[in-house]
Amino acid sequence: MNGDSKWGVLGQYDWSIMAPELTILVFATLLSIIDLLLPKKTDRRIIGVLGLIGVIISLIFTLSNTGTQPASILADMYRLDSFAVAFKAIFLTGVAFAFLMSLGTLDKKDVHYQGEFYYLLLTALLGAMFMASSADLITLFIGLELLSLSSFILVGIRKKHIQSNESAFKYVVIGSISAAVTLYGMSFIYGLTGTTNLYLIAERLGNVYQGGFSYIVYLAFFLMFVGLSFKISAVPNQTWAPDVYQGAPTPVTAFLSVVSKAAGFAIILRIFIIMLSNVIDIDPTTGEMKSLLVDNLGLYIGIVAAASMIIGNTMALRQVNMKRMMAYSGIAQAGYLLVPFATFTVLLFEQTLFYLIAYLFANMGIFAIMALVSKDQGHDEIRGFAGLFQRAPLLAISMTIFLLSLAGIPVTAGFFGKFYIFLSSVARQNYWLAGIMMATSVVSYVYYFGVMKQMFMRTNPNGVNKIKVPPCIGIALVVAVVVTLFAGIFPSQVIDYLHNNFLFENMMQVAEQVVMK
Amino acid sequence: MTSVLAVLTFVPLLGVLFLLLMPKSQQNMIRTIGILTTIIPLGLALMLYAGFDSASGDMQFVQQLKWITIPVGQMAMAINFEFGIDGLSMPLVVLTSVVVAMASLVGMKIKDRLKEFYALLLVMEMGMLGVFTSLNLFQFFVFFEFTIIPMFFFMGIWGYVNREKAALKFLIYNGVGSAILLIVFAVIFVNIWTLNFKEITMAFTDPNSPFNIPNTMGYLSENFRLGLFIALLLAFAIKIPIAPFHTWMLAAYKESNAAAIMISSGVLIKIGGYGLIRMNAAFFPEWMDKLGTAIAILGVINILYGAVLALAQNELKLMLAYSSVSHMGIVLLGLAAMNAEGFQGAIFQMVSHGLIAALLFYIIELINERTGTTDIRELGGLAKSMPVLSGVLLTVTMAAIGLPGTSGFVSEFMSYLGLFNAHPIIAAVGALGIILTAVYLLRSILGATFGPIRETHESLIDARSYELVPMVVILGLVIIIGVYPALLSGPMQETLINIVPRIGG
Repeated sequence: MNGDSKWGVLGQYDWSIMAPELTILVFATLLSIIDLLLPKKTDRRIIGVLGLIGVIISLIFTLSNTGTQPASILADMYRLDSFAVAFKAIFLTGVAFAFLMSLGTLDKKDVHYQGEFYYLLLTALLGAMFMASSADLITLFIGLELLSLSSFILVGIRKKHIQSNESAFKYVVIGSISAAVTLYGMSFIYGLTGTTNLYLIAERLGNVYQGGFSYIVYLAFFLMFVGLSFKISAVPNQTWAPDVYQGAPTPVTAFLSVVSKAAGFAIILRIFIIMLSNVIDIDPTTGEMKSLLVDNLGLYIGIVAAASMIIGNTMALRQVNMKRMMAYSGIAQAGYLLVPFATFTVLLFEQTLFYLIAYLFANMGIFAIMALVSKDQGHDEIRGFAGLFQRAPLLAISMTIFLLSLAGIPVTAGFFGKFYIFLSSVARQNYWLAGIMMATSVVSYVYYFGVMKQMFMRTNPNGVNKIKVPPCIGIALVVAVVVTLFAGIFPSQVIDYLHNNFLFENMMQVAEQVVMK
Repeated sequence: MTSVLAVLTFVPLLGVLFLLLMPKSQQNMIRTIGILTTIIPLGLALMLYAGFDSASGDMQFVQQLKWITIPVGQMAMAINFEFGIDGLSMPLVVLTSVVVAMASLVGMKIKDRLKEFYALLLVMEMGMLGVFTSLNLFQFFVFFEFTIIPMFFFMGIWGYVNREKAALKFLIYNGVGSAILLIVFAVIFVNIWTLNFKEITMAFTDPNSPFNIPNTMGYLSENFRLGLFIALLLAFAIKIPIAPFHTWMLAAYKESNAAAIMISSGVLIKIGGYGLIRMNAAFFPEWMDKLGTAIAILGVINILYGAVLALAQNELKLMLAYSSVSHMGIVLLGLAAMNAEGFQGAIFQMVSHGLIAALLFYIIELINERTGTTDIRELGGLAKSMPVLSGVLLTVTMAAIGLPGTSGFVSEFMSYLGLFNAHPIIAAVGALGIILTAVYLLRSILGATFGPIRETHESLIDARSYELVPMVVILGLVIIIGVYPALLSGPMQETLINIVPRIGG
C-alpha cells in the first residue's frame, strides 16, 4: 500500500502487527451479534466455545510475534515489542483458563446473562492487551478503562445476587476513584512535558526535573502509582479485593486475580520505566548522580511491596471464606511481584514474568478446583474442602501442588520464582525487603497449609461422594499442574525461553540506562 | 558406580510409584512394597560404606549434572545437580537408611490410610538422603524442604488428639529455619556466584581468593561473615534444637506417631548438626573458633536444661524429648571443642543418638499401644509381663546413659575429651549432665519396668517377632559401634583433617 490510497496515512501502517487485538475485537463483536440472534432458550455455551477459539487464535498470533523486531503504528499509540508480546500471552492464557472454568461450572441459574458474560470477558481482555501494547498515556488509559468497565459489569453479572451487587458497587466506586487519581497524576506529566507519548515524555522529563519541578514529578509519580495500585490490588488500594472477589462469579474472580493484576503490572512497568528513564537526581553536596526510579523511588515501591505482603498474609490468616483468603493471598502476591521493580536489576522482566507465570497457573488451578468444590458444597467456605482427598484424590493433589507453588515450596514454579526475585533484592543489599518477604512467606504457610489440612486431615460431614470433573476443567488442571511442576523442576528452560525470545529490546535498554545511572 | 548416589536418593520414589498403582484394599501388598523399598537404599548405603575410600578426605562417588543457569547480562549464574559423600555425610546416609527401614515396620500397626503412610515415608527418605548427598546449597535446600513438608502431613494424619497443632508448630518452626537458610544461601550466591560447598569453602578460606583480600572489590568483611555465621547458627539451632527453640519438638514428640518421632529424632534433628559442620565450621572457621566458647556454653545450657526438665517429667515421651535436647547439647560441645576429638565425638553422638532415640521412642510407643499410657505413675512392673521388651528398653537406656561398650559411651567420651582440651571449665560443668542423665533415665525407665505392676498390665503381650527386628538391628549397631568404634571413626578421619586444621584447633 502507499500513501496515495484512499486511506491516507492510515493505509501505510502495518496493521498485521495488531492481529491479536483485531481477532479479539472481531470475536467479541461476532459473539454479541450471535447472542442477539440466538433464540432465548438456546444454551449459550456455544458462545463460550467460540470465544475460547478466538482467544486461542489470538494467542497463536501473539506467539508468532515472539522474537520479532519492535514495531509501532499510530505514532507509538500502539507498540509491538517483546514486553507486549509476553504480557499479552499471559493475559490470553489467563482468559483461556477463565473460559474453560466457565464452560465447566457456570450455572444458568446463577449467571443468567451467559452471552454477555463471555463477550465481556473478551472486551476486558482487549483492554488489557492494549494496556500492554501501548506507549502513549491516552491509549494506556483507554485500555485501562475498557478493562475496568468490562470487569465492573462482570462482577455484578449475577443481577439477582445481593452480594454480587454489593461487590460490583464497591468495585465501581473504588475503581473510578483510582482511575481519577491516575488521570490526575497523568495530567501533571502532560502539563510538564506537553505530550502524552511516553518516549517524548522520557526525553523531556529529565530537564523538567532538573529545572525545579522535581516535587511535581514526585507528586505525579505517587498519584499515578497509587491509582494503578488498584489494578494490582496492592496497598494502599487493596481494600476492595476481598469483597469483590467474594461477590463475583468464580471465573470472574480468577480473571480479576490473574489477568487484571498482570495488566496492572504491565502498565506500571511500562509507564514508570520509560517515563523516568532519564530522570537523574544529583546530590547537591557530592555531585553524585542517581537514578530517581532506582535509587530514590525504589524505597517507596519497596514499602508498598512490604506493606502488601504483611497486610495480605496476616489478614489471610483469619479468613474462613476461600475467595476472601485468595484475595488476601493475591494482595501478598502482588507484594512479591513488586519486589523486582523495587530492587531494580537487569533481571527485572524475567523475574516478573517468571513469577507471573507461576502465579497464573497456580491461581487458575486453585480457582478451577474451588469452582468445582463450591458448586458441590453450595458455599465458598474453606471447610468445604474437608476430606477432598477421600472424595477426589487427584483434585486434592493438584490443589496441593498449586498451594505449594503459591507458598513457595520446592519443586514448584512458585519456589523458583520467589528464589529468583529474592536474588535481586539480596544483590541490591535490600535485606529488609528480603527479610520481610521470607518472614511473610512463612506466615503464609499457615493459611495455605490450612487448606491442605482440610483436604487431607479432616473428613467431610456431607459424605464422601465423588466429585465429577467436567472435561474442560480437567484439561485446565492438567495444563496447570504440568506447567507448575515443569517450571519448578526445570526453571532454566523457562528462563532461557524468556531470555532468548523476549529480548525486551527497547524496554531493556531503558532499564539498563536506568540502572547505569 | 558414578550415579550410585543419585540412584540411592531417588530409589524411594520408585516405591512411591508402585504404591500409587496399588489398590487400597491390598494392605499386605502395600506393606510389603513399602518395607522392601526401604531395604534398597539400606543395601546401597552399606555398599557405599564398603566401597568408601577411607584414605581420602574428598567427596567420593561424585556426580555432576547441569541443572539451572540464570543469565545475568553477559554472564550466567549456574546451579548444578551434584551428588557426593565424604566421611561426614556417609555415616549419616547409613543412619538415615537404617532408621527409615526400621520406621517402616511401624506401618505393620497402621490400618488407616496405609498407602499414604508409606508414600510419605518414602518421599521423606528421599529428602533426607538428598540432604546428606547434596553438594550444593540450592540442592540441599530443595531436599531439606522435602523432609519438612511430608513430615507435616505425616505428623498431622497419624497421631494423637492434638496432632494437627503439633504438625503446624513443626511446620512453622522449621519454616522459619528454612527461610533463614534461604536468605543466607541467596546472599552467598549473589556474592560468590557459586553454591558448591567446596567452592564456597575455598572462596571463604583460601588466602588468595579475591574475597579475602581487604580493600579490593570483592572483599567480604568480617562482619558480613559474622552475620552469615549467626544466621546459619540460628537456622540450625531451630533444627537441632538448641533451647529455647525446642518447643516444636515437645509438641511433635508428644502428639505424633512412632514412625514420625523415630525419623524426627533419629535423622531430622541431625541435619542441624550436619549443617553446623558442613557450613558454619567449613565456611567460617575463624568465627567458629572465636565463638567456640559461646557454642560450648549453648551446649552446656542445652545439656543441663534438657536434663533438669527431663527429671521433672512423668510423661515418658516428654522425658525423652527433653533428653533429646540434652543429648544434642553434647553435639554442640563436641563442635565447640574445635579439635579432631571433639568433631569426631559430635558426629559419633549424632549417629549414636539417632539410633538410640529412634529405638527408645519405638519401644515407648509399643508400651503406649499395649497399656494406653506413657505416664510413669500409671506404669510399673512391666518387666514381669514383658520381659524381652523391658530388657531391650533397659539396655538401650544404658546406652543412652553412656555405658562403656555402647555407642553412647564412645561419643560422650570423645566429645568431653575434646572439650576438656579446649575449655576445661565449661566441660566440667557440662559433665554434670552425665550424672543427671543417669538419674532421670534410670528414674523413669526403672519406674516403668520395675516395682508393683497394675492388674490390667499383668497379661500384656511381649514383643512380637516383627517388633523385635528394630530392637535387634539398632541395639546391635549401638553395641558394635561401642565395642569397635573404628568402624565409624575410620572413614571420617581424613574428612575431619580437611575441616579441623582451618579452625586452628
